[in-house]
Amino acid sequence: MPSMRDIKEKIASTKKMRKITKAMQMVSAAKLNHAQSSAQAYSAYATKLREVVASIAGTAKGSSAKHPMLQSRPVKKTAYLVVTADRGLAGAYNNNILKYTHELIQQKHQSKDEYTIIVTGKVGLNYFTKRGYPVAFSKIGLPDELSFDDVIGIAKDAVALFSDKKIDELHLIYNHLINAISQSLVNTQVLPLTDLEKEPVKKANYSYEPDEDEVLAALLPLYAEGQIYGALLDAKAAEHAARMTAMRNSTDNASEIIDHLSLSFNRARQAAITQEITEIVGGAAALE
Amino acid sequence: MSTVHTDIVTPAGKIYEGDVHMVCVRSTSGEMGILPHHMPIVAPLEIALVRLKHENEEVVDYAAVHGGFIQVSPDRISILSEAAEMKDQIDVERAQIARDEAQKALGTLHKSSEGYAQAMLKLKRAELRLNTAAIKEKVQES
Repeated sequence: MPSMRDIKEKIASTKKMRKITKAMQMVSAAKLNHAQSSAQAYSAYATKLREVVASIAGTAKGSSAKHPMLQSRPVKKTAYLVVTADRGLAGAYNNNILKYTHELIQQKHQSKDEYTIIVTGKVGLNYFTKRGYPVAFSKIGLPDELSFDDVIGIAKDAVALFSDKKIDELHLIYNHLINAISQSLVNTQVLPLTDLEKEPVKKANYSYEPDEDEVLAALLPLYAEGQIYGALLDAKAAEHAARMTAMRNSTDNASEIIDHLSLSFNRARQAAITQEITEIVGGAAALE
Repeated sequence: MSTVHTDIVTPAGKIYEGDVHMVCVRSTSGEMGILPHHMPIVAPLEIALVRLKHENEEVVDYAAVHGGFIQVSPDRISILSEAAEMKDQIDVERAQIARDEAQKALGTLHKSSEGYAQAMLKLKRAELRLNTAAIKEKVQES
């Protein structure tokens, strides 16, 4: 049985740990709030953009000139944009994504020439480089409060890969925030843009200046980049939520451990007292 | 005089929303001035100044809009752009630094080299910001 001193030390160290996890939880909660509000601000832009793109793509469908970003071509090379965090301590956040990506690639591809990976976050980058996956490019050190300027570089690069025909499909794999305690894994296809036609198209007969194709050529990269930015925002919010939940769990666990330890500390204390009394009584009895 | 509801939307949120009488933009095909009840139109924009004229002719809001496009529907005008600032939101110091950097970069690059177009864009944006911020002072003087 551990001595009283040992238990006391253990309680003190667990308390310190609880303090840290509690602080991390609160930091993540604050960051989650911010991430959610910026995701909201972005959604106004996204819906507008989607509306316009869908209405143009809908009307332009009949015309013979189709923009390459709307056209599915035979898939020779697929790119996966995998969004992970820079740091751990976020529960299963990173693990889920990496495991899913790993399995997906195992299933769908035979050789390394068939896919490439674009990754954000240190955790993912380490994972993929260590295992020898082909990483086209990566972005680490994205700030917690994401702005469009931070993302535009990687978004532009990814879209450029597609328009240069180095890849034929671009998939986004990230954690989507459902609410503060649950996230779900999402795998969406960004390029080529195929889901536009499903959108209910609002009938407004826009005229296009100078013409449809040119407007489309200006709009579609904007739209694709916007999608990537939106996904990264979403993933950031999910990361903070995951970290908050993980830290709350560990705070709870620490409290539980402290309870147990205090119980055994009190027991040990009582045992010591009892022993002392027995010793005194024994000693007194020996004197008589 | 009639007005039309106008907003400027960027990924960082709405930077402007209000009823204005006339919107002046520079699209890729030329300057456009849009009055209420304009026919529906969509046009990509240049990196240029956008003027929002209010009902009271004296009041004009200026915004620096960096690309994107304008969408005119029967009841509203939306300007969507990856980056846009109202004149009073512009960080002049940062724009000056950016302009100097871009100019320096342009000095070392040749027209055919890789970063040239990028540096040119950066210069354009920085100059637009500075020009837009400069307008503000003129209005105050008069």
